[in-house]
Amino acid sequence: MTDLTHMTLAEARDALVAKKISARELTSAHIGAVEAARALNAFIVETPEQALAMADAADQRLGNGTHGPLEGIPLGIKDLYCTKDVQTTAGSHILEGFVPTYESTVTSQLWRDGAVMLGKLNLDEFAMGSSNETSHFGAVKSPWRRAGSNAALVPGGSSGGSAAAVAAHLCLGATATDTGGSIRQPAAFTGTVGIKPTYGRCSRWGIVAFASSLDQAGPIARNVRDSAILMRSMAGFDPKDSTSVDRPVPNYEEAIGQSIKGKTIGIPKEYRVDGMSPEIEALWQQGIAWLRDAGAKIVDISLPNTRHALPAYYIVAPAEASSNLARYDGVRYGLREQGRDIVEMYEKTRAAGFGKEVRRRIMIGTYVLSAGYYDAYYLRAQKIRTLIKRDFENAYAAGVDAILTPATPSAAFGIGEKVSADPIEMYLNDVFTVTVNMAGLPGIAVPAGLSSEGLPLGLQLIGRPFDEEGLFSMASVIEQSAPKTSLPQNWWA
Amino acid sequence: MSVDQATVRKIAHLARIAVSEAEIPHLQNELNSMLHFVEALASVDVEGVEPMTSVMPMALRIRADVVNDGEMAALVTRNAPQSEDHFFLVPKVVE
Repeated sequence: MTDLTHMTLAEARDALVAKKISARELTSAHIGAVEAARALNAFIVETPEQALAMADAADQRLGNGTHGPLEGIPLGIKDLYCTKDVQTTAGSHILEGFVPTYESTVTSQLWRDGAVMLGKLNLDEFAMGSSNETSHFGAVKSPWRRAGSNAALVPGGSSGGSAAAVAAHLCLGATATDTGGSIRQPAAFTGTVGIKPTYGRCSRWGIVAFASSLDQAGPIARNVRDSAILMRSMAGFDPKDSTSVDRPVPNYEEAIGQSIKGKTIGIPKEYRVDGMSPEIEALWQQGIAWLRDAGAKIVDISLPNTRHALPAYYIVAPAEASSNLARYDGVRYGLREQGRDIVEMYEKTRAAGFGKEVRRRIMIGTYVLSAGYYDAYYLRAQKIRTLIKRDFENAYAAGVDAILTPATPSAAFGIGEKVSADPIEMYLNDVFTVTVNMAGLPGIAVPAGLSSEGLPLGLQLIGRPFDEEGLFSMASVIEQSAPKTSLPQNWWA
Repeated sequence: MSVDQATVRKIAHLARIAVSEAEIPHLQNELNSMLHFVEALASVDVEGVEPMTSVMPMALRIRADVVNDGEMAALVTRNAPQSEDHFFLVPKVVE
C-alpha cells in the first residue's frame, strides 16, 4: 500500500467505497502525520480519539452501504468553527478554554456526510492577519522553504494552519474562512487550492464572526476536484443564518473537466499594481495563454474602483469587527481579569485577552463608528463598496464570464519579516483578493507555478455570483496546464 | 484627519480596552497611519450612490414568533468564568 497520506481526497473516497482501504487505516495514517508534524504548529488541538471513533463509525456505514459523500475522509477544521465539546479559540487568548456546546452548521454538514475530524487548525487571531503570526498560539510554519534556505516561511493567513496542514499532507482537506483573502492568499502561498464561494453560499452560523458582511466559509484542498467535493458538503441554505441564500447546491465535481471553449475571461488592467514583481506578471500572462489555448476568449476590462477597495475594506472590516468583538467582555465565556467595578473588569479583560492587531482593529473600528465620524468613514466606505460591486456587474453585463488576476503580489515571505513594519505593508497582501469580498463574489486561488526561489505562486479567478461551477471548470484548466510541483523534502517529521 | 492623544484615550475607553499612558503615543501613530491610508477615499465622488447594505439583493427573512429553543441554562452558562445557579456573576453594578 502506498502512503495513505499521499492520496488525493477523491482517490481516498473511491478507495474507501471500493473497500481497498478502511477509514480507520486512513485516519490512523493522518493522525501519525499530524503528530509527526508538530514543528509546523498547524494544529491548536488534536483530536485523535474522536477521529478514530468517527472513522470506526464511517467504516460501519461503508460496510452497510449507508455512507455519505465524505465518508471516512479525515479533515482539519479551522479553529474559527465552533465544534461541540472541542475547544474553539479563534486563535485568541480571550477564548482560550472556550468549549462550545453546539456545532457550526458547516462542520455539522461535513459530519453528516461522513467526514472525520483530526483537530482544530491554527489561524491569525480572530482571522485578522495575512501570515498566521497574530495567533496567540504561535506562528504556523509553511512546509515550503526557499530553494537552498532553511529560513521558516509563513503559510499566509488567516487560514495558515489550514493551508499548511493540507500542503504537508496532514489532512485530505480543511475548512477555512475568507474575509479579505484568508482562504485564497494562504492557498497561493502553499501551492494548494482555496475557494471563497459567493457570500451567502455557506452558512456563517457557529463560525466566530469577524466582519459579518464579508466573512465566508470555504475549503482548502490539494487540487481543484478535492475542493469541489468539499464545497458541495459545506454549501447550503441554513435558516439560522439570515444572510444564507436558499438555492440548490450543485454537484460541483461535475464541473471539473467541462470545456471552457467560448467562455470570456476578463483581464483587469487595474490589477497591474506598482512594484509587482515581473515573475507575477509573467505568471499572469502564462495563465492567460493557458485559458486561451483551452478555447476561452480573452478580453481586457477595466474595474476602475479597484484602488479604493483595500482602504474601504480597512474601514468596513474593523467597524464590523469592533461591533462583533464587543461580546468578549469576561462575563459569558473565556478570559476574565478582575477589576474594582464592571467597567474596569471589561477593560482589563479585553486588554489582556486581545492581541495587538485585534486591539488595533477594534480601536479603528470604534473610531470610524463613533459619533460625528460615521458618515465620513463607514457610510462613505459602504457607498464605495457599491461602486466596486458595480464595476464587476458592468464587466459581467458586457459578457465576461470570469476574471483572471494574480492571487497575491508576491510569494510567501519569512516569519518575522513583516511584523515590525508598518501594518499597511502586511495589508497589501490582500490587494488582489479583497475586492472579491467587498463585492460578495466567488473567487478561487489555484497554483500556477513556482517563483525563482522555488516557492508556489497562484492565480485567482473571480466569478459571477453563484457560478462556483464555472470557477472549478476554469481552475481545472489552469491546474492541468501548470507545471507539476512537489513539496520540498519533508524536513518537519 | 488625525487623532490626538486625548482622542486615543477616548476611543480606548469606548472600546473598553485598558491602555497604559506609555502605549498612547504608539497607538496614536498606528491609528493615524491607518487614517492616512484611508484618506484617499475622501476624494471619491459618491454623490447619489446608495450605500451597500446587502451583498445579495434579498429581503430579510423573519421567522415565526414562537418559542423554539430554551430550557438549557446549564449549557448557556457552562463557559462562564463565574456563575452561580445559572446566573452570570459580575462585579456589583448597582449600589
